[in-house]
Amino acid sequence: MSTPLLSVHHIDVAVENKRILHDISLDIAPGETHVLMGPNGAGKSTLGYALMGSPRYTISGGDILFKNEDITEETPDKRAKRGMFLSFQEPLEVPGLSLESFLRSAISERTGEKIRPWEFCKQMKKVMELLEISPEKAERGLNVGFSGGEKKKAEILQMLLFRPDLAILDETDSGLDVDAVRLVAEGIRTYQQETGGALLIITHSTRILEPLHIDRTHIMVDGALVYQGDGSLVDRINREGYDEFISMKRA
Amino acid sequence: MREKSQVDSIDRSVYDIRDAERDNWRITAGLTPDIINQISDEKNDPDWMREFRLQCLEIYHRLRVPDWGPSIDGLDMDNIVTYVRRDKRMSNTWEDVPEDIKDTFERLGIPQAERKSLAGVGAQYDSELVYHNVKAEVAAQGVIYSDLESALRGEYADMIRAHFMKLVPPTDHKFAALHGAVWSGGSFVYVPKGVEVSIPLQSYFRLNAKGAGQFEHTLIIVDEGASLHFIEGCSAPKYNVANLHAGCVELFVEKNATLRYSTIENWSKNMYNLNTKRAVIGENARMEWVSGSFGSHVSYLYPMTILKGDRAQMEFTGITFAGREQNLDTGAKVVHLGSDTSSYIGTKSISKDGGVSTFRSSVVVDQKARRAKAAVSCQSLMLDDISRSDTIPAMDIRAGDADIGHEAQIGRISDEAVFYLMSRGISEEDARAMIVSGFADNVSKELPLEYAVEMNNLIRLEMKGSIG
Repeated sequence: MSTPLLSVHHIDVAVENKRILHDISLDIAPGETHVLMGPNGAGKSTLGYALMGSPRYTISGGDILFKNEDITEETPDKRAKRGMFLSFQEPLEVPGLSLESFLRSAISERTGEKIRPWEFCKQMKKVMELLEISPEKAERGLNVGFSGGEKKKAEILQMLLFRPDLAILDETDSGLDVDAVRLVAEGIRTYQQETGGALLIITHSTRILEPLHIDRTHIMVDGALVYQGDGSLVDRINREGYDEFISMKRA
Repeated sequence: MREKSQVDSIDRSVYDIRDAERDNWRITAGLTPDIINQISDEKNDPDWMREFRLQCLEIYHRLRVPDWGPSIDGLDMDNIVTYVRRDKRMSNTWEDVPEDIKDTFERLGIPQAERKSLAGVGAQYDSELVYHNVKAEVAAQGVIYSDLESALRGEYADMIRAHFMKLVPPTDHKFAALHGAVWSGGSFVYVPKGVEVSIPLQSYFRLNAKGAGQFEHTLIIVDEGASLHFIEGCSAPKYNVANLHAGCVELFVEKNATLRYSTIENWSKNMYNLNTKRAVIGENARMEWVSGSFGSHVSYLYPMTILKGDRAQMEFTGITFAGREQNLDTGAKVVHLGSDTSSYIGTKSISKDGGVSTFRSSVVVDQKARRAKAAVSCQSLMLDDISRSDTIPAMDIRAGDADIGHEAQIGRISDEAVFYLMSRGISEEDARAMIVSGFADNVSKELPLEYAVEMNNLIRLEMKGSIG
């Protein structure tokens, strides 16, 4: 394995003094696609939030390295600027802040330079077309009045425009109809191909993973990573469920 | 339009620069018949106006200070100077305006705005207008836009006498009486029948003198079938003594006419803003208010609309931002007299750093008004735990077939939303400012572009350093 892009060393994660993740270690190399699976309530989303630096969670032990820099104490905006991205399970609504102007300010924040409006518009429209997001959404308040599927597609739109080095996708496929799953998967494949970026896909279903090449699969049960394997592990879970892993949970 | 859209760091200093008080003529502080007579002499009032002022003074002394709103104990009327002017009189070319005053207005972007996007401009500095001008093509349509003093002695003298403080009588409240006694400056606008003024007129009010009051009177008559957009802007540098603004706005919108009245008020935080605005709307006519209140220490401001004619309409869009040491009591009032009249009051308020924002509204539907429709919506955003936001809606519905709606919401900035924006690379401060600007977006959309930019700058300015 080459030098990891993300290297998580034995972190414990707590919310309001209650520890919910235990001794998590994980390495993701540039361009790799990892999948994090596990039964509901295992703590998968918590890990995604903690990696992105959500103030709700405290990292009470261990450290997180991104591109060889310790980011354990960094604020989310700094992590984002280093090249991390989190697709939210429930994207937040910001009334009055249009999707387009939000995307523009976020991109100029990330790159530190002003982008040409025309150029940006062209790019945005192209990606919106790919994801079949209707053009008038660009003028709407960020995620306001978006359906569940539209919100998820808007997350993928952001990922494709921000071009992060690591994208964490938290349950991006949950609650989507077949068409939306297809488009989201298409977006993810485009991200892999066009940017060569790495992925950590958090999911408890497998539909979204079908068209993707998966390097590594991690199983989380009850706040701990209990097992890992290659892409074929996904199929095994698909057939057999989590039962055999639940018994592996932390003593 | 001012080219401010690229502004990255906002500089409050453009508002805060105080000019030295040079060549000023200040009246003695306090309120006596003697002082009122001096003001009247100074302004060369017609006799009726002098008598009116003296009557108003009597009423002022008779009426009590309002006790139902924010405290105005810090305002000592014996120490407010009611009239301050330069030795030099009003001009209609910028070249003739005194250098330092010209610089002040240049900094505020007034002449640039006039050149680019306005039909006419009036600029008042302390008690008197220092500049007044209207574009030739607008004047050619018969539109009158002048200072009120010269209008009082000119062709429209009778029209002014017939309307002046008829809508806001001096008996209305103590500060209306005060206004009647010491008013100075302000504008008179008359838009003749059927004339549509396609670009806005603007008045800008600047109070520079320390411990002084500004009492401008704005009288606008939009005649039948005519339309107008009028903008007023206000600012002042900060002093450590109280200043007072007790202006009065009277708007007459005749049958089939439309008036939009936009205000961005950014008085300094030692200002007591006790302003009265009222409009009467004729048959099938429409009144639109857009009101942004950012400044002042204490405000009492409730523009009132009387829907007198059948099918008259009113829409009020307002935003109030109360920060440290600010107690802003704002809202709107509407009276439905005509049938099939409709009104919509939509406001947003933001409070932070211990600021207090109170939304107060009053909807009255007269028993003669058939099928009246009124809706009130008020949303408040509190940015921390020490700030306060109250909603006091009053309704007095005397007709059985009125359609009345009311909704109020009080909320906070969600930490999750801040985290969401930050996870995209936006700093915490910017994330909060974006959320607040978004909250205010429906108001900024209603403003002319340069004012919308100004308002967003003010929000960013207020949000600066708000991360504790």
